[in-house]
Amino acid sequence: MLLFQALILRPLLTAMIALRALRRNKLRSTLTALGIIIGVASVVAMVAVGNGAQARIESQVSALGQNLLMVFAGNRRSGGVNSGGGSASVLTLADAAALAREIPDVAAASPEVTTTVQAIANGRNWSTTVAGESEDYLKIRDWKLAGGSMFTEREIRGSAKVAVIGSKTAHELFGPLNPIGQTVRLKNIPFVIIGLLASKGAGMGGQDQDDRIIVPFTTAMKRLTGEKYIRLISLQVVSADRMAAAQQQIVSLLRQRHRIPPEHGDDFSILNQKEIADTVGSISGIITMMLGSIAGMSLVVGGIGIMNIMLVSVTERTREIGIRVAIGAQGSDILLQFLIESITLSLLGGLLGVLLGVGISKGISLFADFTPVVSTGSVLLAFGVSFAIGVFFGFYPARKAAALDPIDALRYE
Amino acid sequence: MSINPNHPQAPPLAQIPVIRLESAAKVYRTGDVEVHAVRHVDLEVQRGEFVAVMGASGSGKSTLMNIVGCLDKPTGGRYLLDGVNVADLSRRHLARLRNHKLGFVFQSFNLLARTTALENVELPMFYSKPLISLRTQRRRAKEALERVGLGDRLGHRPSQLSGGQQQRIAIARAIVNQPELLLADEPTGNLDTRTSIEIMGFFQELNDAGITIVMVTHELDIASYCKRIVVMRDGEVISDTINPDRRLAATERATLDHAEKQAKLA
Repeated sequence: MLLFQALILRPLLTAMIALRALRRNKLRSTLTALGIIIGVASVVAMVAVGNGAQARIESQVSALGQNLLMVFAGNRRSGGVNSGGGSASVLTLADAAALAREIPDVAAASPEVTTTVQAIANGRNWSTTVAGESEDYLKIRDWKLAGGSMFTEREIRGSAKVAVIGSKTAHELFGPLNPIGQTVRLKNIPFVIIGLLASKGAGMGGQDQDDRIIVPFTTAMKRLTGEKYIRLISLQVVSADRMAAAQQQIVSLLRQRHRIPPEHGDDFSILNQKEIADTVGSISGIITMMLGSIAGMSLVVGGIGIMNIMLVSVTERTREIGIRVAIGAQGSDILLQFLIESITLSLLGGLLGVLLGVGISKGISLFADFTPVVSTGSVLLAFGVSFAIGVFFGFYPARKAAALDPIDALRYE
Repeated sequence: MSINPNHPQAPPLAQIPVIRLESAAKVYRTGDVEVHAVRHVDLEVQRGEFVAVMGASGSGKSTLMNIVGCLDKPTGGRYLLDGVNVADLSRRHLARLRNHKLGFVFQSFNLLARTTALENVELPMFYSKPLISLRTQRRRAKEALERVGLGDRLGHRPSQLSGGQQQRIAIARAIVNQPELLLADEPTGNLDTRTSIEIMGFFQELNDAGITIVMVTHELDIASYCKRIVVMRDGEVISDTINPDRRLAATERATLDHAEKQAKLA
């Protein structure tokens, strides 16, 4: 019973004394706690924003497709002018076919050529990207159709003049009309629209993925671009754990096909979806940390506010301290009393700060196109830090109170 | 370190004076100036005594009280409280001594404002070791307040009470831990005559019950309620006498009440 009193009741009673002292100066206590409230709220909200943005970016990366590898043609140099990635005429349809045929880890491949054309239909016109792809493209990019169907391998072999249209392009050309079965003229060549793509939103680079028309690559190369070389090959690997192996095999196969001597570099580059995801993930992680640590600094400022007010409080209550010491309080009793007071102040601030932070996160989700994710970790951390701040910044004033000379303290006016 | 006065080698408790000052001195240094607040005071106070320490301000009586109250240590000589040399004790031990051996009554009452009478009286027990259960704390605080006639004011705050009532709370607080020695520093300094007599009455009652009391005052008529009067000047004891015609507060109060009644009737 007395042990319970020593370990639980006495600290509890001391906490009640502290609470009473805080209640006595409501406005001052609130203003002091405000520093912690703002600090904790901003940590919670900033980390939530960071996490939300990260989650959104990651979902965008995974929306690229499942286990996606992209082989880009390398850069072309002529007379010192570097024309940039994808400009070299090195990748061929034969390469794409070879990759699909000879590497067992590759489940599907789609050569891609792109061009920008003025699409004309329904008495309107719209400048859009036309991509020549294979019949596997939608599967590789994990893209759904909103209506109609994708072209088939037969239509590719026959260079059929068929098209699958993006939702944005369809809207621009046909408005509310159903585009399927309609004809769109690309470079004056009529294509029959057989499919409507589901909306996918903005891509990684911010471009609108829904503003495009997909046609068989054979048709695109013959009728629209006239080129023999392709810009990139999209590949789907059978499973995530085969990505690295597949990438290695692709490199060696392409080097062999392009007859690149060992001392030369590749004339192509490979983008690995997993690597993109990792890079993007680590960047957004750094941003989250930065946001969090900036917010964390305001916590420190809040702590200094607490220390300041506790020092004032110790001075104000010098006489009370003197009385307590005169009737037998130990230095440690006084220390504990003021320490508990500052901890109570900072924990109260922490609690309100968490609530405010969650509120801010909810508010942000109303305006931003992503949802901030309040993590339990950041809430616990903010709580722990505000406790630590209470201890750290409360210790000096509390020790000062405990070290007061009772005679001086009793005489203090 | 043992502070147990019942140690087998120590002489029986009754023979040891409660207070024994052996050429105790206190020198304050402020810069190069030395202030001799107390110079070699020899003083013994036995159990059951009621001593008034008198003197003008600056005579060193307050400093002496601080030393006796274990709030301060002498810079010279020795102070033995119940046979224990206070100089050997740590801050922690001194706090414990103040808590269970000593009771303080101050001129300005020194109650915690915004705290009820009951809680003020419970305060010393809050710091007692070994711990006192909350129920016992409450009971003893109530008893102490009843003893000073404030049993009906338990929930009142100091600001709601008169000076005399506040000082009675302070007395209840001072005696709640059953101290051997009650130290009072100008306990009637802020009170009117009638209330002063009342307070001295409580002191005399407590003294009759066996509590040793040392009281600082500069008023002769207050000192005359004590059994023994020590006069200080310039840090030294210049006279130490038994009070030959001690006033008794109880009879005086009765006379006063009677006189008042007469006045009202008239």
